[in-house]
Amino acid sequence: MKIKQLSIFLENKPGSLIAPCSLLAKAGINIQTFSLADTREFGILRFIVKEWEKAQELLLQHGFTVRVTEICAIEVEDRPGGLVSILKVLEKAKVNVEYTYAFTAKFGGKGLILFRFDNIDKAVNALSKAGINVVSSSELFKRLTENGN
Amino acid sequence: MKKNNASVSVHPASAMDFLPLSKLQDLQLSRLKWTVQRAYDKVALFRERMEKSGFLPNDLRSLDDIKKLPFTTKTDLRDNYPFGLFASPLEEIVRFHASSGTTGKPIVVAYTKEDIQDWATAILRSFAACGLHSGDIIQNAYGYGLFTGGLGAHYGAEALGAAVIPISGGNTERQIMIMKDFGVTAISCTPSYFMHIIDTAKDLGVDLRELPLRAGVFGAEPWTEDMRQRIESESGIKAYDIYGLSEIMGPGIAMECLYQAGPHIFEDMFYPEIVNPETGEVLPEGSEGELVLTTLCKRAMPMIRYRTRDITALTSEQCQCGRTLRRLKRIGRRSDDMMIIRGVNVYPSQIEEALLKVEGTLPHYLIIIDRVKGLDVMEVQVEVTPEVFSDTIGAMEQLQAKISHFIAATTGIRPEVKLVAPKTIKRSEGKAKRVIDKRRM
Repeated sequence: MKIKQLSIFLENKPGSLIAPCSLLAKAGINIQTFSLADTREFGILRFIVKEWEKAQELLLQHGFTVRVTEICAIEVEDRPGGLVSILKVLEKAKVNVEYTYAFTAKFGGKGLILFRFDNIDKAVNALSKAGINVVSSSELFKRLTENGN
Repeated sequence: MKKNNASVSVHPASAMDFLPLSKLQDLQLSRLKWTVQRAYDKVALFRERMEKSGFLPNDLRSLDDIKKLPFTTKTDLRDNYPFGLFASPLEEIVRFHASSGTTGKPIVVAYTKEDIQDWATAILRSFAACGLHSGDIIQNAYGYGLFTGGLGAHYGAEALGAAVIPISGGNTERQIMIMKDFGVTAISCTPSYFMHIIDTAKDLGVDLRELPLRAGVFGAEPWTEDMRQRIESESGIKAYDIYGLSEIMGPGIAMECLYQAGPHIFEDMFYPEIVNPETGEVLPEGSEGELVLTTLCKRAMPMIRYRTRDITALTSEQCQCGRTLRRLKRIGRRSDDMMIIRGVNVYPSQIEEALLKVEGTLPHYLIIIDRVKGLDVMEVQVEVTPEVFSDTIGAMEQLQAKISHFIAATTGIRPEVKLVAPKTIKRSEGKAKRVIDKRRM
């Protein structure tokens, strides 16, 4: 139910995003989706790759500050109110959403959104009980492969 | 006298460390008289100053009379560049050293053959004080050259009979390879360079705790008790503080014993006083103030009451090692390091203290001072370590705010804290550069 996400610390200046990306590119590691959070001085690049251990090792070797976080990939109905039904469950369970980002592709007519929670276990528990599909890591990469990624 | 550590044998040269107090003071007085007479006879500056003050060498009757002699400062060395303060003719000089001199002319110091021997003995006694002996392999990573650290420690290690590796500073990967392959048992370098060695060893997958290395003789820059703890826990060695400055001789003026309770001053060679840095008034024992040193043996370049600018205190409390030599309180700051920001005195050690409180370990950092629209601003750049890095902006901004808050609490100045990527702050191979002052005064 949990997906491993890698985050790296970047300084907010020209060229700092390209360094980790080209490192992954050279190693043949495909970034499935990513988000970039920024402040005036620094940014945090968060991304999903299949071979996260290999990517982590590589980035560490090249002196990046890397952190592995567990996040959730949640299926969302592609209709008005699709997201709201998920958020209602989270609100009821008193789980805080730290940030979200998404996969651009649709899977079987449904969207897939990544959530970072303050309490992931509590969130997964509440969502499962409400019948919302929290996609497992193996299922996620299976779908991505089928989609040609 | 309590004699702990009976198993540790004393090197013959260390006998002077244990002189009874009255014998030590007799020796100090006779040597002080010799030094003051020599300075008066051979060096114009000292002669002029003594004549002006009306206190002449013959008036010196007791050690206490030393406070009637005029001070010597770093400016005097600059003004008399290069040879103006020499008390020996050039044909008796066998060695020069010089400070790097960031502004203008460097400071030149000189040694006769006897001075070089005395210096080697002082460092021999320093190494012996922390339990080193013949059979030890000492990796000397102080810079060789005009800087006194490299050759000073080298001659001392040879005098002790230890095997010295004259590797000098830099090329850290090779340092670690040799340390491992030669079975090095002790290292001498600046504490900040050793921290760099620790980090590099980690990157190379070398665990320093598994090597025979057991002691580090660290000096040439102020360092903190927290740095000692970090070094000792991460490398498994004992870290000893050695003190010295080129103007007096170089390293080996004071050194910690196995009890690590502050460096013992080799008082038979260097006479210490603590004075109020503003008024020059001699302070009673135990008070914190500026260390003032007078050489008692030096021939080529005697120094009378030299203002070291190091802030410390002296204690004559009995050390467990049995040495009668007084000890210096750890020198955490040099009045040279002091930054005046918006009229407030700030020391890099205060910034370190704050960073340690927030992060638990000391990250690499750099202080940048500038003046914007007539107001001093302090920026502190801090490298983000994996231990404190978080994937949420909120947590990172909280870290920034916390660092800023703790620095403001210790210094009274609220800094701009800038988080930077690892290894972006330049590493030093000698004295660490912690402060960049961009203000134009």
